[in-house]
Amino acid sequence: MRKFLTVAALAIVAGAATFWLVTAPRTLAAGDLPDHRGDPANGRTIFFAAGCASCHAAPGTKGEAKLTLSGGLAMKTPFGTFHVPNISPDPAHGIGAWSDLDFVNAVMRGVSPGGRHYYPAFPYLSYQRMGVTDVLDLKAFIDTLPATANDAPAHDLPPHLRWRRLLGGWKFLFMDNRPFVPIPGASAQVNRGAYLVTGPGHCGECHTPRNALGAPKEELALSGAPNPESRNPFPNITPHADGIGSWSEDDIAAALKTGLLPDLETFGGAMIAVQENLAELTDVDRAAIAAYLKAVPPNPTPGKAR
Amino acid sequence: MNVTKNFLKFVTAALFAAVVSDPMAAIAQDKPDGVDKAIGARQGFMQLVSFSAGPIFGMAKGDVAYDAGAAQKAADNLVTLYNYPYPDLFVAGSSKEDRPGKTRALPEIFANKAKFDQYFADLQAAVGVLAQEAGKGQPELAAAIGAAGKICGACHNDFRAKEF
Repeated sequence: MRKFLTVAALAIVAGAATFWLVTAPRTLAAGDLPDHRGDPANGRTIFFAAGCASCHAAPGTKGEAKLTLSGGLAMKTPFGTFHVPNISPDPAHGIGAWSDLDFVNAVMRGVSPGGRHYYPAFPYLSYQRMGVTDVLDLKAFIDTLPATANDAPAHDLPPHLRWRRLLGGWKFLFMDNRPFVPIPGASAQVNRGAYLVTGPGHCGECHTPRNALGAPKEELALSGAPNPESRNPFPNITPHADGIGSWSEDDIAAALKTGLLPDLETFGGAMIAVQENLAELTDVDRAAIAAYLKAVPPNPTPGKAR
Repeated sequence: MNVTKNFLKFVTAALFAAVVSDPMAAIAQDKPDGVDKAIGARQGFMQLVSFSAGPIFGMAKGDVAYDAGAAQKAADNLVTLYNYPYPDLFVAGSSKEDRPGKTRALPEIFANKAKFDQYFADLQAAVGVLAQEAGKGQPELAAAIGAAGKICGACHNDFRAKEF
């Protein structure tokens, strides 16, 4: 009996220790940052490529007001409603007091300056692929934007999802903390597009279907997924006939620039704001996105009736 | 042997078709009722909109050269079209659930008619702006059709299914 209790106690301790190690936040250290002075001009490009304002500006704002990152959007997901925080340079209510390292760990590792996990509604699974210098440039740009003192409400989540430490297990399963790796043999243009789509652009966060634990099914990348906010799903954007196989690269680039699609259609839903962001990129970057989207595997839309 | 089997399959399928689908076809071929006519009118309206917007889309995207006269004419045609009370065509019982295969109109239109009507009013205003801007130059045209197109897309995303 005593032996059993000893073994049980050891097992519990080992289990708890393993849990603690597996779920611990993994962050970059100051020594991992390159010696780089943030460039707000490139930061502006990254800001629009990453669509920061789509979630962090106050809902319904237009034009210049979208540069005030007061937070407040209620993002409905199958896991609950997330209230997007203030990331304006206000030191008390926003992120004005953050160091460069704090910002890089938030964006690329999903860890707050206090060492807590963020929920993956913040698309760090994509942002982990960004270049550290791009992230530092992004911070330099956000530092130039207006400060505002708004505080977002707490997230509205079921009790079992409120314990953030568990997110460490999710990250252990699904986050590899690796930077973007260029596709061997692909052109520089396709690789620029791949970086923009899979990194800052985080296109797959909506367009790639997820598994039961909410992680993207990479083998079905960009093949479309249910939309929690509309009966119309997020469409397939691969070159399959279910997707945008009939669109040319020019069609894609023009759609991202103007919002006008082939067949006299227009973007709807959240894609309206995404297109407004992508309209701020250069023609070269939009053409790169188009070239990559024509080069990805043509996946059929999962679950589509045939 | 195979020929016989295929023939039997054919006869069975034909019998099934006669028994199962003929009464359905008969219903479908009934004289169109008021709902069918309203759905047809909606789709005809949208074809007119599409046809009229075509040159503007082409010029805004740079597929065809900007022509102030043609842009103005197309925009004026859209103003004419959007003077028609299109939301009135959404008569009771004319959603995709009532008439599957006939329309992509989601039942949310009827549950949320005020929002639907607001989209239409917003689009009427945006088309008015388009008519003011269309003749000024390509950038003005592109900006105005871009603004109008967002209302089209937002409304379609909320109220129109992808499939019939």
